[in-house]
Order: sequence, then structure tokens, then C-alpha cells
Amino acid sequence: MEKKQHLITEPRGDVTIVTFTDKKILDESNIQEIGEQLNDLVEKHYLVKMLLNFENVEYLSSAALGKLITLNKKIKEENGKLKLCSVRPQIYEVFKITKLNKLFEIYDDEDRALARF
Amino acid sequence: MALNTLVVPSTLEARLEVEKRVLDFVDKTGYNSEEGIFSIKLALEETLVNAIRHGNKLDTSKNIRIAYGVDKNHLIIEVEDEGEGFDYSHLPDPTAPDRLELPHGRGIMLIKHYMDDIKFNGKGNRVRLVKRLF
Repeated sequence: MEKKQHLITEPRGDVTIVTFTDKKILDESNIQEIGEQLNDLVEKHYLVKMLLNFENVEYLSSAALGKLITLNKKIKEENGKLKLCSVRPQIYEVFKITKLNKLFEIYDDEDRALARF
Repeated sequence: MALNTLVVPSTLEARLEVEKRVLDFVDKTGYNSEEGIFSIKLALEETLVNAIRHGNKLDTSKNIRIAYGVDKNHLIIEVEDEGEGFDYSHLPDPTAPDRLELPHGRGIMLIKHYMDDIKFNGKGNRVRLVKRLF
């Protein structure tokens, strides 16, 4: 059975915008698949300039944060860049509590993020 | 104070049923703070995943017992696993520079932030969460 596509990708110059389709990145099986799909973008498609768009994400668990950290490491290893945008205030608070707002560059919207690549 | 109780197997799917029951219960109290419901949902998710993954080690033959209710305008949630427990008094700080890029270890920190109170039993296999609703 084909796995659900959790990500929508859109090239914008040499940057790939990746938008999550799930509102809730909580479900462990979803998180596992999302992690795999994100890693495939780097390992199989060599998309190492990536902007993650969180506009659809309403809930996020710590396991999802772990996948983002792993992705960030992979992209850094390839001398790429990862940025995040359109994070809702409640989700941004999760990044802030865990101090991951210091690890990730988080922008208000796509245009602001793209200007900084 | 009588708590509603349920027992579920240690599957990540079963926790969805727990979350639905608890959130439906909260909804029936008339509590409608979006921020508060976000907090409860996140803390409950983290607690259940900890019980399933770390407490019961994903052993589906082991169960999790959940109890929930309202006491004096406070939501009470208790989650107990059948594991060996752990030392909750010496948890490393996941925000420390040498741990910030580790993929795990943030669950309890988030639970503590989003709940008004969190208490473990001595063994560490049962946790009680409290959140003021009204």
C-alpha cells in the first residue's frame, strides 16, 4: 500500500519549500513517515536548501522535534541550509520552551525566510 | 473524588482512544480555552508516549492504566505503566548546549511547562498531572 505523502514540495530557485500536509504532527506512525520523507529529500534528491513551512501544523510533539533535529544535522553535513517559517504562536512556544528556537532559524513567512538563504 | 478509569494496551494506536476520551471529557466540562486544550493535548500525548515507549518498552502485552476527572476546577490525569519506573529526580536538561541537538529527552520538560503540577510516584511508573481549568 502506498504511504501517505506528508509533504508538499515546491522549488523556488535553488531552495525547496516543504509544506507539511498534516495538522497534527503527533501520531508516532506519522512522525516516523514524515521523518523518512524528509530524510529522503536530502539523501535521495539532494535538496539541501530547504524551507519548512508549518502553516498547516496545529500540534507538534517532542518526537517530531527530534525528526527536525535529525534533518538539520543531515543538511548541515551537506553544507546546506534549513529554515522554518509560518509557525503558529502555540507551536513557536514549543520551540521556545525547548530552546530549539536558538537552533532553528524561524521566520514569519516564506518571503522573509527565502530572503535569508 | 471519583476518577474515570480505563486500561489500554501499550500501542501507539490505543493512546489515540485515550486522548479522545480525555479531551471529550474536558469538552463536556465547558472548558474552551484553545491554549489550555493545546496544553492538555500535548502533555497527555507526551505522557502516554513515555508510558508506552519508555515505561512498557512497546511491549503490547503490558497495559497502561489511565484515570481522569475534575476536582475543584482542576483537571486530574493519572497515567500508570507496568514498567520498572525510572529516576525522575535526575533528568538531564535537554536545553543544555551538549544536549540541545539530541533527538530525544524533551517530553517531561514539555509536560512540566504545560501542566500546573506533575507528580511521580516513588517508583516512577505512575504520574499525576494537574491543570486548572476554571
